[in-house]
Amino acid sequence: MSAKRRGVITQINANMVTASFDTFVVQNEVAFIMHGNEHLKSEVIRVRGNNAEMQVYESTSGLKVGEEVEFSEELLSVELGPGLLGQIFDGLQNPLPLLAEKCGFFLKRGFYLNALSKEEMWEFTPLVKPKDRIQAGQSLGFVQEKIFKHYIMAPFSLHGVLEVLEIVPFGKYNIKQRIALVKDSNGKESEVFLSQPWPVKIPIRAYSEKLKPSKPLVTRMRIIDSLFPVALGGTYCLPGPFGAGKTVLQQLTSRHAQVDVVVIAACGERAGEVVETLKTFPELIDPRTDKPLIDRTIIICNTSSMPVAARESSVYTAVTIAEYYRQMGLNVLLLADSTSRWAQAMREMSGRLEEIPGEEAFPAYLESRIASFYERAGLVRLYDGSMGSVTIGGAVSPAGGNFEEPVTQATLKVVGAFHGLSRERSDARRYPAVDPLISWSKYSSFIEEKQVKRGHEILHKSNEIAQMMKVIGEEGTSLEDYIVYLKGEFLDFVYLQQNAFDKVDEATSKERQIYIFGFIYNILESVFSFSDKDEALHYFQKLRQLFNGWNSCVWQSEEFKNSEQDISLLLDEKIEKEKVNA
Amino acid sequence: MHKVYTNIIQISGDVITVEAEGIGYLEIAQVFTRRGVSLAQVIRIEGKRVSLQIFAGSRGVSTGDKVKFLGHAMRVASGPDLLGRVFNGSGLPLDKGPALTDSLIEIGGPPVNPAKRIIPRKMIRTGIPMIDVFNSLVESQKLPIFSIAGESYNELLARIAIQAEVDIIILGGMGLKYDDYLYFRDILEEHGAISRSILFIHTASDPVVECLLVPDISLAVAEQFALQGKRVLVLLSDMTNFSDALKEIAITMEQVPSNRGYPGDLYSQLASRYERAVDFEGAGSITILAVTTMPGDDVTHPVPDNTGYITEGQLYLKNGVIEPFGSLSRLKQQVNGKTRDDHRTIMDTMIQLFASYRQALEKQAMGFQMSSWDKKLLHYGRSFENRVMSLKVNIPLEEALDLGWKILAESFTPEETGIKKSLIEKYWPVKPGISNL
Repeated sequence: MSAKRRGVITQINANMVTASFDTFVVQNEVAFIMHGNEHLKSEVIRVRGNNAEMQVYESTSGLKVGEEVEFSEELLSVELGPGLLGQIFDGLQNPLPLLAEKCGFFLKRGFYLNALSKEEMWEFTPLVKPKDRIQAGQSLGFVQEKIFKHYIMAPFSLHGVLEVLEIVPFGKYNIKQRIALVKDSNGKESEVFLSQPWPVKIPIRAYSEKLKPSKPLVTRMRIIDSLFPVALGGTYCLPGPFGAGKTVLQQLTSRHAQVDVVVIAACGERAGEVVETLKTFPELIDPRTDKPLIDRTIIICNTSSMPVAARESSVYTAVTIAEYYRQMGLNVLLLADSTSRWAQAMREMSGRLEEIPGEEAFPAYLESRIASFYERAGLVRLYDGSMGSVTIGGAVSPAGGNFEEPVTQATLKVVGAFHGLSRERSDARRYPAVDPLISWSKYSSFIEEKQVKRGHEILHKSNEIAQMMKVIGEEGTSLEDYIVYLKGEFLDFVYLQQNAFDKVDEATSKERQIYIFGFIYNILESVFSFSDKDEALHYFQKLRQLFNGWNSCVWQSEEFKNSEQDISLLLDEKIEKEKVNA
Repeated sequence: MHKVYTNIIQISGDVITVEAEGIGYLEIAQVFTRRGVSLAQVIRIEGKRVSLQIFAGSRGVSTGDKVKFLGHAMRVASGPDLLGRVFNGSGLPLDKGPALTDSLIEIGGPPVNPAKRIIPRKMIRTGIPMIDVFNSLVESQKLPIFSIAGESYNELLARIAIQAEVDIIILGGMGLKYDDYLYFRDILEEHGAISRSILFIHTASDPVVECLLVPDISLAVAEQFALQGKRVLVLLSDMTNFSDALKEIAITMEQVPSNRGYPGDLYSQLASRYERAVDFEGAGSITILAVTTMPGDDVTHPVPDNTGYITEGQLYLKNGVIEPFGSLSRLKQQVNGKTRDDHRTIMDTMIQLFASYRQALEKQAMGFQMSSWDKKLLHYGRSFENRVMSLKVNIPLEEALDLGWKILAESFTPEETGIKKSLIEKYWPVKPGISNL
């Protein structure tokens, strides 16, 4: 190993270490700082003369000038292969449960484990035979990983048409045993294993084309699916002040979204929140597969007290894993919480590099980094004609809850849907606190367009009237306007708001949403006869109570039908039939 | 054996630079000045130039003073001997007791592996309905009190500390007024809690930078107790002072400021402290209650703003009461489903109606006609303020829930509350309350 290039530490400034070298270094290559028995992972981020500036993925406490650095020539990579599902990794793909077994309660600096088990045997079924011609990213066979056929693909790093020279027969193999040998058009032979490494900051591009996202991704959150939908392969962001419920909304989405795989990137946020996912998912059953939710989930967890540089890499680790499963023709949802922490990690590093700061001291390349991250989402047609998608939903934590700040603004430019959470709504306990007045989506919903439009209209009008009422008072408002106001509030309370603690109400299926929204649409379009405002208010209060009960009835159950009947009776009392038909 | 250097080449703010070799990052040194000995910590190394932040401040430091490097990071004594003692921000005794040097532990150790955490599940009862009913405090929670200068936040902190069922109380005071320190000490003594308390006190008259160590020392000691199975409550007052000390050092080190002069890593710095709140599987726990004063009552100020993103909720203390809006315990859901089946409903309904009450108040203030619904809301809101919100109220949770039903029944019909029928049948008082509990 004497061929390894080495350097010597000359400067230490928090998690930035400078080392002088005498041969050469590669930008973004991984280097290890040799601190006694501890080898601390770091990445070269700037080279000046014969000084390499590196961000260290660990605490730098105790490091000394003069200590050795070893350069590895490899870019920061993740290991892609069977065994990722259900795992929980840190930002550098260390499996945290295994780390806990070895090191106890605390994380240990410089202690790295293999992301995938070397011993575990996988039952491999070949799909090709020698002399077959394939492309990089095409399947050579598969193993069964939890609920999925996990396709073993020709390395993404190869180019052109590959010829299969050797392939192993059906049998059990571990990730270190060679399963195939392929040859490219230049005659270069490459070995294929069950797993392959891939540099996290480079998108996987082994597909034939990228398509426009059009099919809705069902999150089973009513306000999102009906009014501000997300598409498979699309992107959306979720900015909101603290306490508005970003994380809760993301957790609910991770539970209920109808996708194949969910990758959760807990980036610089509270550890407690990850723990909740970690401990509850093995027990929650996914109704689509009848298997625990954890079986379709991968958690990348670099919480706020873990080293900052690894926080920066954690979103890339997550998106790379998401792309990998997309390559198998699966629909993957990546939830990043929060992209602001990732941006802050960039800002910290930029500050240490003494780069000229942009707005709020964020680096000038903030926008392009955010854009290229979200651009890794997409719906793609793979070489075999099947489709796969990566959908990215990023939470944003704007300083002071002010959406004008750089991270929110840079994000809004590149996403397809914006779910803005507002303090007013969360203070009024209107959850999910997605503010229908500021949010938007460029994707189309599965609800009829006419109905969606009417819903938006009523909400805006109702808000206008509410604002007006604050100035001129209820007595100055006409009964007609007052009813519109009540209708808007009604839609908000019984449809947009969802009770996350009610077993039925917490998730609403597509069919039910279409049915209920249609039902509400009829109410919104109806003309009511009330003698005065008090009567109207009481009527809608009663209607709301009945609806709340209806929302917690199981879809199409006896109870559901009874509730519906009660509501219909109440409606019949006050709706002026002739005018509706007119 | 310890390396001693005398060539201080730069003194700027509370940072001194000395030429030295073989020094570890974050290592601790002693600086011998004419005013006495101060601790200092390495914060940057450039070749032979070693910069240290000097905790007692640089006033009076001479370029010829001795700097002795101790060869290790900051350490503090731990163990039961600390109980009942008072120390300063560097861990030296402030009471008349002896200095402690046994079982030294390094402060600011590695973070807890998230995979080893468990879901918090034990409620800490405080007897304050605004906390117990509406924002339940949970063991291992980190919760700041957002307040402004002049509010009685330290009193609230002390009251929770005394009533909470915990084994050990650790107070980390940063920029604490001397009166407040005495208040804490006296009230702990009064309630017989001093023997299970440890105080790390940095007062307003001490050098600002010295408070930088307080949270780390307090939490390192707490961690030791928690690992031994103790339930520890750590009180930190006031984290805004801590942040300001960080700012001072950052500016001195010529770091690019991000927001109102605070360093870009303020979030990470605060998070690495707050995240030490933990419930160890099979051992004890650390719960953190901190005070964050908001300059100019501005919650968008970088300190409260960053804090809010880190902590598991916040309590707003305003005009002597815990404000129901904005106050939030993120962990309440972990416990309030297991108390009584009406807990969540009472919590949600009462707050929603209280929001409507505030709107009605606004309407009234603008001189609009009050509808009969508005009048009901006003009636409700006032009794809520007097009987629930007041910090004088000291009743157990169950009593507070009963009181909630009573107040609702005095003001509204069951339909007006929008509460599910099943709960109305079970809890709605048959006759509206007559007593004035």
